Amino acid sequence: MNTFKLQDCQKTTIKNICASFKNDPGELINILHKTQGEFGYLPEDVQREVALNLNIPVAQVYGVVTFYSFFTMKPKGKHAISVCLGTACYVRGADKLVDELKEQLKIKVGEVTPDGKFSLDCLRCVGACGLAPVLLIGDKVYGRVDPEQITEILESYE
Amino acid sequence: MGKVKITIDNTPVEVESNLTVYQAAKQIGINIPVLCYMNLEHLNIENRPGGCRICVVEIEGRKNLAPSCSTLCAEGMVVHTNNRRVLNARKTVLELLLSDHPKDCLICPKSGQCDLQDLAVKMGIREIHAVENAEVSTYRKDISPALSRNMDKCVLCRRCETICNTVQTVGALSVVNRGFMSVVAPAFEEDLIDSPCTFCGQCVAVCPTGALTEVNHTPKIIRALSDPTKTVIVQTAPAVRAALGEEFGYPAGTLVTGKLVAALRKLGFAKVFDTDFAADLTIIEEGNELLNRLTKHLNGDTNVKLPILTSCCPAWVNFFEFYFPDMLDVPSTARSPQQMFGSIAKTYYAEMLGIKREDLIVVSVMPCLAKKYECQRDEFQVDGNPDVDFSISTRELAALIKTSNIDFNVLEDEDFDHPLGESTGAAVIFGATGGVIEAAVRTAYELYTGMKLQRIDFHELRGLEGIRMATVNFNGTQINIGIAHQLGNARKLLEGIRNGMYHFHAIEIMACPGGCIGGAGQPLHHGDSSVIKARFDAIYREDASKPLRKSHENPYIVKLYEEYLGNPLGEKAHHLLHTHYFDKKKIKAARKNKN
Repeated sequence: MNTFKLQDCQKTTIKNICASFKNDPGELINILHKTQGEFGYLPEDVQREVALNLNIPVAQVYGVVTFYSFFTMKPKGKHAISVCLGTACYVRGADKLVDELKEQLKIKVGEVTPDGKFSLDCLRCVGACGLAPVLLIGDKVYGRVDPEQITEILESYE
Repeated sequence: MGKVKITIDNTPVEVESNLTVYQAAKQIGINIPVLCYMNLEHLNIENRPGGCRICVVEIEGRKNLAPSCSTLCAEGMVVHTNNRRVLNARKTVLELLLSDHPKDCLICPKSGQCDLQDLAVKMGIREIHAVENAEVSTYRKDISPALSRNMDKCVLCRRCETICNTVQTVGALSVVNRGFMSVVAPAFEEDLIDSPCTFCGQCVAVCPTGALTEVNHTPKIIRALSDPTKTVIVQTAPAVRAALGEEFGYPAGTLVTGKLVAALRKLGFAKVFDTDFAADLTIIEEGNELLNRLTKHLNGDTNVKLPILTSCCPAWVNFFEFYFPDMLDVPSTARSPQQMFGSIAKTYYAEMLGIKREDLIVVSVMPCLAKKYECQRDEFQVDGNPDVDFSISTRELAALIKTSNIDFNVLEDEDFDHPLGESTGAAVIFGATGGVIEAAVRTAYELYTGMKLQRIDFHELRGLEGIRMATVNFNGTQINIGIAHQLGNARKLLEGIRNGMYHFHAIEIMACPGGCIGGAGQPLHHGDSSVIKARFDAIYREDASKPLRKSHENPYIVKLYEEYLGNPLGEKAHHLLHTHYFDKKKIKAARKNKN
């Protein structure tokens, strides 16, 4: 389970992120946000290191990581796909986008393809309801997506 | 702090403006029901997440009902604590809580002692509306050597989280996951045994439901008592006699020593001994160790480690083994009284009876849950046979007495057996914060100065403040003493020593609030800390009533050294009465990597 082992330079990265927030436990969410940006996810050893720097229990860090759906303990694919399941997207067929992606990638929501290329997640409202249904790949936003476009979109990430 | 005028249930009242509505109501005799809220005022411990909403009240001009535990009083406020709207809301809140709670109250280990059950009775819950077939969340059970976690029964009051993180600074428990999946768990949802948990059990002491309980060892004891090939003896810790009575309707602080002995004899124990005997023994060893280090220090030996830290409290031992592995040579190497008793029982006493150690079963009755773990430690076994076979809590003993159909209240007082039942007042005060060090001072003073103590009571060492400091005059030599109870306070003291901020000669630490009298195995205080204060006073009353009040005057201890042990800190004493400590962080990490 705990296969990820931190290198010294990675410890320094975490140390610097924590220091940039003055090692303030009140900034835990921001620190985790930035750390996840750096590592792509928040494996056990990363959480332990954050706790060590902030001098707070690891249980507390883990509590926050498991509370917010944005944080993840599993590595993401090279291209992280997020489908918006907010109300507007949902009524305009976002669930069908999810089904299509699951079918084509042969993974479930929250999983990564065996080659590590794509991961699939759902989120709640990206604030682009006018473009519903919306999906994101990395930072790129796709609006008014039809399930039939999925093949083409995925192929553009060859 | 100014005063404000408010009206509660048509009664005008003037209160301090920093009071909550709950506290103000309490002042005029209105007890608003609470569940997550807990205030142990004698110990400065408060849990106020405002999460359960059982304590809601109506405040005129405010649209929603307000949680009284976390709403401050304001000038002109008009509060209704028991109109129909409030009562219905509380009932709905409780029904919703119960909708995701197992309905096996009849056979729950907490039955009869459960705050949730009490609320359901008080509010007359007879059915759970609209959610009859609602899903109930389930989670795996975690059974450690001392504590058991059954998260299906958790109501997320966060009392355990506050105790574990804020009070004890152990940091083993946090609410993890979200919504319906929320549970209280160690980091990465490990088992307690793999977490920093010290088994202090204070989470169990404050848990309002059956979510956190002790591991029950009474069935093993019943089995041993029924085995004709075994001689089963029992030792009882000092704090037990000051609290057991509460389980049988006596007011807190009633000493029931004589009835306790009588009940244990009725249960079938071959001999009823006293952990206090071993506490006197601890003082001889620990006191001599203190004098030894002190003398070296005063003679200019810079390698000697001072302060010396007491090592009677098993949760404290677990705590420093995990959090202060760089300081493992600072605590006294003396074993705890429980383990000294076991060690002497299975050697000296077994030889006296002429039986093999395997045929002697040693049971301990403790105010403590960490003792269950302590007696299972590898270093306290000889060829796989433990010095103390089973440890049960004060609560478990009370249950055993009740289920054995013994009418505790009518028992005539009886005395402990000899030789391991004789003790002094110094041993009794082991049960309260400051007691161990006072007992050590009584003996160390006389050994060091060669003079008789004029004044046995060291009031400067007593009290319920979290950290206390005092200086005792050893005939010209000033001895600086530090005392801490609750692990968070212990951490502060230890960090101060590590940073060179404090210069103590001796420090006493107990993990639980108030010391062992507030141990996690004691009758539940249900959020009322005056109970702990009453037990505290009882312990010192028992001390004052004893004819002998200094450990080295215990005639059976003197005899034990003459006949068996030789000198304090001697080879035999070292082998039987001392121990060593381990870096727990390293051990736990190694075990994790292996799995």
